[in-house]
Amino acid sequence: MSSIETPDIVVIGGGNAALCAAITAAEAGARVLILEAAPKPYRGGNSRHTRNFRCMHHGPLGPLVDSYTEDEYLADLLKVTGGKTHEGLARLAIRTSEDCLPWMEAHGVRFQPSLSGTLSLARTNAFFLGGGKGLVNAYYRTAEKLGVQVAYEAAVTHLELTDDRIDFIDYTQDGQTHRVAPKSVVVASGGFQADTDWLARAWGPAAKNFLIRGTPYNRGVVLADLLDQGVEQVGDPTQCHAVAIDGRAPKFDGGIVTRLDCVPFSIVVNKDAQRFYDEGEDVWPKRYAIWGRLVAAQPDQVGYVIIDAKSLNLFMPSVFPPIKADTLEELARKMDLPAEALVQTVAEFNAACGDTSTFHPTELDGVATTGLTPPKTNWARPITEPPFYGYSLRTGVTFTYLGLKVDERAQCAIGNRPVSNLWAAGETMAGSILGQGYLAGFGMTIGTVFGRIAGKEAAAHANAI
Amino acid sequence: MQMQSDLLQEARRQAEICNACRYCEGYCSVFPALHAERAFSDGDLTQLANLCHNCRGCYYACQYTAPHEFELNLPQALANVRQESWEDLAFPQVAGRAFQKNGVAIAVVAVIGFAVLFWTAKSLGSEGGEGFYAVLSHNAMVAIFLPAFLFPLVSIAISLRRYLKRVDAEPLKPAHLVKALKQAAQMRNLKGGHGDGCNFEDEDRFTHARRMAHQAVMYGFLLCFTSTSVATVMHYVLDLPAPYGLFSLPKLLGLSGGLLLVLGCVELIRLKLRSDRALGAQGAFGAEIAFVGLLGFVGLSGLLLYALGQTAAMPLLLAVHLGAVLAFFLLTPFTKMAHGFYRLTALVVDAQR
Ligand SMILES: Cc1cc2nc3c(=O)[nH]c(=O)nc-3n(C[C@H](O)[C@H](O)[C@H](O)COP(=O)(O)OP(=O)(O)OC[C@H]3O[C@@H](n4cnc5c(N)ncnc54)[C@H](O)[C@@H]3O)c2cc1C
Ligand code: SF4
Ligand code: SF4
Repeated sequence: MSSIETPDIVVIGGGNAALCAAITAAEAGARVLILEAAPKPYRGGNSRHTRNFRCMHHGPLGPLVDSYTEDEYLADLLKVTGGKTHEGLARLAIRTSEDCLPWMEAHGVRFQPSLSGTLSLARTNAFFLGGGKGLVNAYYRTAEKLGVQVAYEAAVTHLELTDDRIDFIDYTQDGQTHRVAPKSVVVASGGFQADTDWLARAWGPAAKNFLIRGTPYNRGVVLADLLDQGVEQVGDPTQCHAVAIDGRAPKFDGGIVTRLDCVPFSIVVNKDAQRFYDEGEDVWPKRYAIWGRLVAAQPDQVGYVIIDAKSLNLFMPSVFPPIKADTLEELARKMDLPAEALVQTVAEFNAACGDTSTFHPTELDGVATTGLTPPKTNWARPITEPPFYGYSLRTGVTFTYLGLKVDERAQCAIGNRPVSNLWAAGETMAGSILGQGYLAGFGMTIGTVFGRIAGKEAAAHANAI
Repeated sequence: MQMQSDLLQEARRQAEICNACRYCEGYCSVFPALHAERAFSDGDLTQLANLCHNCRGCYYACQYTAPHEFELNLPQALANVRQESWEDLAFPQVAGRAFQKNGVAIAVVAVIGFAVLFWTAKSLGSEGGEGFYAVLSHNAMVAIFLPAFLFPLVSIAISLRRYLKRVDAEPLKPAHLVKALKQAAQMRNLKGGHGDGCNFEDEDRFTHARRMAHQAVMYGFLLCFTSTSVATVMHYVLDLPAPYGLFSLPKLLGLSGGLLLVLGCVELIRLKLRSDRALGAQGAFGAEIAFVGLLGFVGLSGLLLYALGQTAAMPLLLAVHLGAVLAFFLLTPFTKMAHGFYRLTALVVDAQR
């Protein structure tokens, strides 16, 4: 860091929230240093995997059609969180989101119409052209033009808190420890989901079998360090967003392409070839997020989706081709399932299926089983037409909710007082708004809104000293 | 006519990942076409490859590029398939194989072109004409250039027929052609979907440099071509043989076209040298530079001929210029020049979709 001896502001993290904070602070005249744990090719944390953000708007805005009001947005949010929402902060995020879209465009982000296969989001979610990595690249360009310094492979290990102030920050880079003492600090280093030991402490040993959908660098080091020193916490470590993804996905960073959308047209069995939940309970976007937990509760934390030829083209393709076989026995062998049990489970399911003439893949069609436990309440068509296809399912953790409690100025607290020079933005404080559940596109909204607030406040503090 | 299956297989692997992701949908015509399929035949991949113009937007935006284990590099995967398809569909195929990836071979043909022209000028001479025709008679020029012009046309026509067959195109309709020509005229896709251009010279920074340079080359070339055509009409139809004055139509067209062509080629070479070679077709870099060099040289020697046409250097310059033109025409179906024809055809096929 030869060019900035002591920056005014250190931003910890290199994802969306960090970049929004850094850009805002630099525009307010502060000298900003970003400490990003990842190497340059992997910069951008989970933000590099995103595709859209949810945005309130009155009338068409950018790629968004119609309008999406504050009340409707809030109602959508309350529905998924079961009421566990901090309404004040939620309204702040929602209201400010409208102003974010033009801000993002002005800072290099480009949008595109909602992607094929996601039409249902055309009104509520604005899609980034090129996805989150395109967004992150644009922000880095903008930040660097504003004089923001970026240190890659710079992992923060400790923030020294004395009374109500951060005195200095320790980080490692190139095998050496560095110390920096800025006037203001913004924490935007995400959740802790990449630390599977921590997950295992919260979830039990089953968590070792979880896959992490995003970055391996969000290990919660800064979060743990601050919580240990008494900074106010929100949420508990068992809360996380987890979905069922292709079991063959890499341990980290598999991202969007490992998602499987075939569950509603399938039966899902565990490793004993037994069904365990209603696969047709609701349309997939509404049930997608519960299957992570369902699979996590099965032996070895694994599930197996079985479909037949007639369903193969009803869902979005995913990264790995399905396992294919001409008979159920052969499929069971290829997937390491007990063949007899699978054949029997399928036979019982098929026998419970009734009239399928009203089958409709994109609507709740009521084509259900009778006398079967658990039932399948929609899209229940017998599995009869070879070839048969299978995918394995594992729990894929998107992010964790345990975080830093912040106020409407994104400021952290200790006891009942604010920490005078510490702000937090993004995933690391999202628990302040959402107690549980998740609404697609809200993560990037939180990061953008609170990143900008944190940057502004941090710069005002630094400029005032 | 089996293409190297590993290049196709690699493109297929990557296309399947993109189809599960779709984040790049808005960058260019490749993605909407890709997302309309579920499985990718060799023909589908050939068509996708010829729709791609290697702007690299989808590389820098991709969360799965190396060191990620999915190792996405769609610009290169498509460039490889595209390159292979040009070699493969060329008529005669041996010529496609010989030149598409061989800059030295291109240079050798250019030199042979010069030599042939020298030799002809020397041994045939002229039956006495004015200006250039004092060096080489008009009839001799026609005798050399008519076949050299017709051969590439025939060759490319055969290749395009093969292309349409391979990608399983429907019968062509004029409306499709009009749509394709419109896109090509603006190089709409080179703007990168958002109008900021492409990522050619400085990693993920979007610029218009490549589109500008490419436009200059294309329009420069077309102006030069028009100049020659106008001159031909003037010669045969209007009975107005060369030389023409500075303010005549052929000269004005040729001069502006030549300048555009030279400047465009210089800029294209500059950009190519700055770009990341790992995102282009494997092994084709030298041949591409050689081809752009040859094209620029055609323009430059033409301009020099305009400037020094009245001096003692003229006969030499004329032979060099005509030699370069000869080499250029003959090589058209087997060098990067062919891409214009394939690309236009791919746009026509895409318009059918
Ligand atoms: C596959 C996938 C798809 C998603 N899609 C969407 C979507 O479409 N829309 C949406 O709104 N949300 C989506 N999300 C959620 C979204 O990614 C997050 O809500 C959002 O990116 C959080 O941004 P952030 O800046 O807080 O964290 P991140 O982007 O994760 O950034 C955290 C940064 O901190 C760095 N860091 C961590 N520890 C340290 C340390 N000790 N020192 C220094 N730096 C450190 C990391 O390297 C990283 O750069 C998705 C998540 C995943 C995994
Ligand atoms: S290039 Fe990468 S980001 Fe773009 S669609 Fe393909 S997989 Fe997705
Ligand atoms: S390199 Fe450009 S033109 Fe080719 S597929 Fe990618 S975005 Fe499209």
